[in-house]
Amino acid sequence: MDIVVPMQQTVDLVEELELNDDGTDVEREYLKFVANEWDEQALEEALLLKEATGGTVTVVGIDETDVDGTLFSALAKGADRAVKLGGDFESGVSSHRRAAILAAWLGGESYDLVLVGVQSPEDLDGQTGVILANLLDVAHVSVAIGVQPHEGGVKVSQEFGGGVVQELALSGRAVVGIQAARQAPRYVSISRVRAAMQSGALEEADAADVDASTGTTVRRLYAPESTSHAEMLAGDADDVAARILEIVRERGLVKTGG
Amino acid sequence: MGNDIFVLVEHTQGAVDAGTHELLGKARELAAQSGGRAVACLLHSGARAAADGLAADAVLAVEHPALEHFLPEAYVKAMAALLAEHEPRATLIANTTVGMDVAGGLSARAGVPLVAYCTAIDLDGDELVATSQVFGGKLNAEVAVDGAAICSVVAGSFAPAEGGSPDVQDVAATGLDDLTTSFIARIVPEVSDVDITAEEILVSVGRGIGGEDNIELAQELADALGGVVSASRPVTDGGWLPKARQVGKSGQKVKPKLYIAVGISGAPEHLEGMAEAELIIAINTDENAPIFDVAHYGTTEDLFDVLPALTEQIEAAVSA
Repeated sequence: MDIVVPMQQTVDLVEELELNDDGTDVEREYLKFVANEWDEQALEEALLLKEATGGTVTVVGIDETDVDGTLFSALAKGADRAVKLGGDFESGVSSHRRAAILAAWLGGESYDLVLVGVQSPEDLDGQTGVILANLLDVAHVSVAIGVQPHEGGVKVSQEFGGGVVQELALSGRAVVGIQAARQAPRYVSISRVRAAMQSGALEEADAADVDASTGTTVRRLYAPESTSHAEMLAGDADDVAARILEIVRERGLVKTGG
Repeated sequence: MGNDIFVLVEHTQGAVDAGTHELLGKARELAAQSGGRAVACLLHSGARAAADGLAADAVLAVEHPALEHFLPEAYVKAMAALLAEHEPRATLIANTTVGMDVAGGLSARAGVPLVAYCTAIDLDGDELVATSQVFGGKLNAEVAVDGAAICSVVAGSFAPAEGGSPDVQDVAATGLDDLTTSFIARIVPEVSDVDITAEEILVSVGRGIGGEDNIELAQELADALGGVVSASRPVTDGGWLPKARQVGKSGQKVKPKLYIAVGISGAPEHLEGMAEAELIIAINTDENAPIFDVAHYGTTEDLFDVLPALTEQIEAAVSA
């Protein structure tokens, strides 16, 4: 089974999110970018599936900040090919444009299955995977927590609220949005990533020039004005603990003692 | 573009999801503004009765054997046909598993713009203006669409509307005969040893706990308080705690008397499962973590210092 995993770079949510001058996007020039964590789950599931069925895993990323590191890391983990699609992406990429670029590139590739992260922190215009599937006119399953070989195709476990799981069979080409792989994404050492870098195995191609307007306009981005905020407890850990004890005791949540 | 507001009805073989009623509540409000109707789209196989009592002006009921279970491919194609035929002003879809599988695909197929993760929607002339929750809940986006739009909506954003006697119109299904997706099984989880929805005190751990070995710190606090340990998604995904302990959109919705959030940032998916707890205390070193917006009390002191200190003080108080 030949599997393609699109990898997206997204701002690191741990960082303070600075906005650009007109307040309509994050300040992409200075923020730290990391691999979309759901794409890392998709890569892990793809590697597990390849180990079970044979075949190949190809990762593909568009030329966003620090994407090389993400693609080399994927090669070090066991991906067979890594492809970087070049173009002007400095001002961010909508899901519709990303999906259109991927669809154009996949048109020239041989593949059976696309596994992609179910969402990303900035997919304001929808999740890439489901848009991609419908541009390709293939089946799609979202919020998948397992993809396994099944009667020549795959069986996808799709998660619903409350832990309910639906199993679906896919008999043709499909795009699956991965929520979580069957195991935590594997660790790879820096030395193996370096070895992948030195192998020079990163293929490069131009991203297709696509017409993929979202039809949406971001007027402004802003931190949510919360109607309330926690009362922050002062002091060191012992002071904080003492205050929490006082609060829970006032409410009768600590049953005994004075 | 017409004036109607469409809602995708989410149901399990006729049992309608609570989220659908929230969407209908908003749809009625928007329809009053646009001068159109609130129209529920019911995709089903032998579950037409689910249309009765929906708070909609009309129901478009599409029946086909492929719609007995939720097959994403079938839903997207059936909805795309309805949008092409009726050209609604807006289409509201819940941001659930079903919604995530339908909204984007519908946008691609029907060529209608999508605003995802909406928590507010308004009409302003020919424009639709929505508030979208992005960047893990750390930022809101005010997004405008000129013309027809699809909105996927975060649970709990709108007041539900129930009760009504809509005009039900049966619509022939097209294009659903040659699908490559088929249903195998629906698996409902077995009841586990611990039912976190029934507990009064939860000590809930998130990614900040750092690893499986550190969960013991939370367990000791839970033991001292007479509660149990629950978790956010990264912890159960990592296999550090069983899935039955997960709080949030894809886990359990809980409403305990005390919820201590330990190393949990408070992504929207987590808040959806616990924001109604009676008392929420959050421990997180990131002072900007969204969990502090729903917590009653909070601290940015290190959890590895606070947990043992708190456990010790509670044990002392209990035995005093």
